[in-house]
Amino acid sequence: MSAHNESILREPLITGTNITYSKITDDVLVPVENKPNMAWWIGFGIALTLALTWVVAISYTFWVGLGVWGLNKTVGWAWDITGFVWWVGIGHAGTLISAVLLLFRQNWRNSINRSAEAMTIFAVICAATYIIAHMGRPWLAYWVFPLPNQFGSLWVNFNSPLIWDVFAISTYFSVSLVFWYTGLLPDIATIRDRASGFRRKVYSILSFGWAGSVKNWQRFESVSLILAGISTPLVLSVHTIVSMDFATSLEPGWHTTIFPPYFVAGAIFSGFAMVQTLLLIARKVMKWENYITMFHIESMNIVIIVTGSIVGVAYLTELFVAWYSGVEYEQYAFLNRISGPYWWAYWSMMTCNVISPQLFWFKKIRTSIWASWVLSIVVNIGMWFERFVIIVTSLHRDYLPSSWAMFYPTPIDILLFVGSIGVFFTLFLLFLRVLPGIAMAEVKLLLKTSSDQAKQKLIREGTIDAEQAEYYQQSLEKFDSVSKSDYAKT
Amino acid sequence: MSNVKYILGHFEDPDEMMHGLDKLLENNIGIYDVYTPMPIHGIEEKLGYKRSRLPIAAFCFGITGTLTAISMIYYMMVYDWPMNIGGKPSLAMPDFVPIAFELTILFAAYGMMFTFFYANHLFPGRAPRVMDLRATNDRFVIAIDAKTNPYPDKIENLLKDAGAVEVMHNERKYVSYE
Repeated sequence: MSAHNESILREPLITGTNITYSKITDDVLVPVENKPNMAWWIGFGIALTLALTWVVAISYTFWVGLGVWGLNKTVGWAWDITGFVWWVGIGHAGTLISAVLLLFRQNWRNSINRSAEAMTIFAVICAATYIIAHMGRPWLAYWVFPLPNQFGSLWVNFNSPLIWDVFAISTYFSVSLVFWYTGLLPDIATIRDRASGFRRKVYSILSFGWAGSVKNWQRFESVSLILAGISTPLVLSVHTIVSMDFATSLEPGWHTTIFPPYFVAGAIFSGFAMVQTLLLIARKVMKWENYITMFHIESMNIVIIVTGSIVGVAYLTELFVAWYSGVEYEQYAFLNRISGPYWWAYWSMMTCNVISPQLFWFKKIRTSIWASWVLSIVVNIGMWFERFVIIVTSLHRDYLPSSWAMFYPTPIDILLFVGSIGVFFTLFLLFLRVLPGIAMAEVKLLLKTSSDQAKQKLIREGTIDAEQAEYYQQSLEKFDSVSKSDYAKT
Repeated sequence: MSNVKYILGHFEDPDEMMHGLDKLLENNIGIYDVYTPMPIHGIEEKLGYKRSRLPIAAFCFGITGTLTAISMIYYMMVYDWPMNIGGKPSLAMPDFVPIAFELTILFAAYGMMFTFFYANHLFPGRAPRVMDLRATNDRFVIAIDAKTNPYPDKIENLLKDAGAVEVMHNERKYVSYE
């Protein structure tokens, strides 16, 4: 495997000098094997406070009933479904990075896949809380499953996209969990073999007895590839089915065939933005700059600009088709989005999702950590508005003008949303403390082929064309983890 | 008669370890197993391991999922309690596709994972069969059964020549995990 070298023209995936296999282990396990630093405690404190707010808000909702939300007879879906779709969308990046990029042999996924997958799982948990809360009587949540019952048996209606969604989301969550945990086994074994006492016992149980033998690895590789192969259509199907919750209805603004691809692109868009939000901080706090490099950040920004543009085209297509269809209800729905009482939501969505990501065309912005972080937050806000626009502005004025109404969120609506962000960050911060946030075994694979030190060694040996070597050295200029003075002497 | 059970050759570099494997195999020394911190492609062929049949298992589980979904939905929606929805046929195949697809994936993923755990004897709480603690960190370890290959000096020299940084003659098979 390592007998051949990667093209020198490719940018390095690991920077830094004197990186060895054991240094990778040491660097990645710093947060797991040591007491957390102040930054972690501050972040965790804030997240936990918000998560407790969520517990209070959701308990109040369950106790009193859905009347505590701002819903009314006309707008029956609002912040709850907005939050659900937003979180599920965010979850898509993890599977995309771990599955689709594996099939395409994009090696840069190796250092970001683990935390992106963890993020997926936590995002889907947050999404599920909205669905269960939205049921109103969460203790009857099992009614969505086709279980024999004393009403006949009266089965669930398999013609309904809401039931498809139950199966899609639960399958997605289960399969993501398996994918994530199977990938973690070798890394948990690494922690186990370095630990002692009680910690060793715990990690020993968690590692399932992984030993790293030839057969272990051979089957592991086989499982990873097949899981990637089946997760790829799965991740596309999940948001397709979420979009069908809307698209199979007769509601103006929802009843369009463009929804599945448009939702999937939007999901990947928002998911990558959330990965950016999390990893830009994590790499700084955990000092992982050598593993999550500027190349990774730039690549993710490129994915954001591509998917953001797809979303932009979808918005314009929707407008065109509404006009071209000649259906007055459809035309009014879009006129109302642009210039009705919720015009500010529509234009926030347009600005955040379509216009601001175009700034990534500039290399300066694409390779700036601050700009990337700020724009990733902007994209997250924009995608929340997208779901709000689709859901609330379509519902609040439909066919019957006498039932037109406005939706105003109550404090509980707001606390539930802010609280769910707290739940997400609490889970993510705990994950960073107990499990490796970078897939060590997969990063070790890159050391001999794709690291900066391997490439510099080739250049020093003089086997590389001088012009190509020069090109490579110039490409390093954007890397914040590479200081030029280190190479001045070579 | 020495009590050495296993000889372990430690390598710091996967290419050197592959070289060591070649040297040992040329000298007809049987390899017990190789422990590495990351997947190394090509060892299986050298040691003559067959291709994994997990993909076949995954396919069979997947098909089981498809058939389960279709027969379940058929029983519930067509046979047991057919509903008249605007006079349309109860057997609405296009509507059944999404769930058939999801259950295919679910069965394939879980079936394959449990087969993987079963085949590798992995389960929570299993005592790890680890011969050297650094094999999950930064060492590439070739293990040789000393009872069936009773020439420790020759093996040690071969390993050292290939670039082994350390050769251990262990009287215990596994590192104890009390």
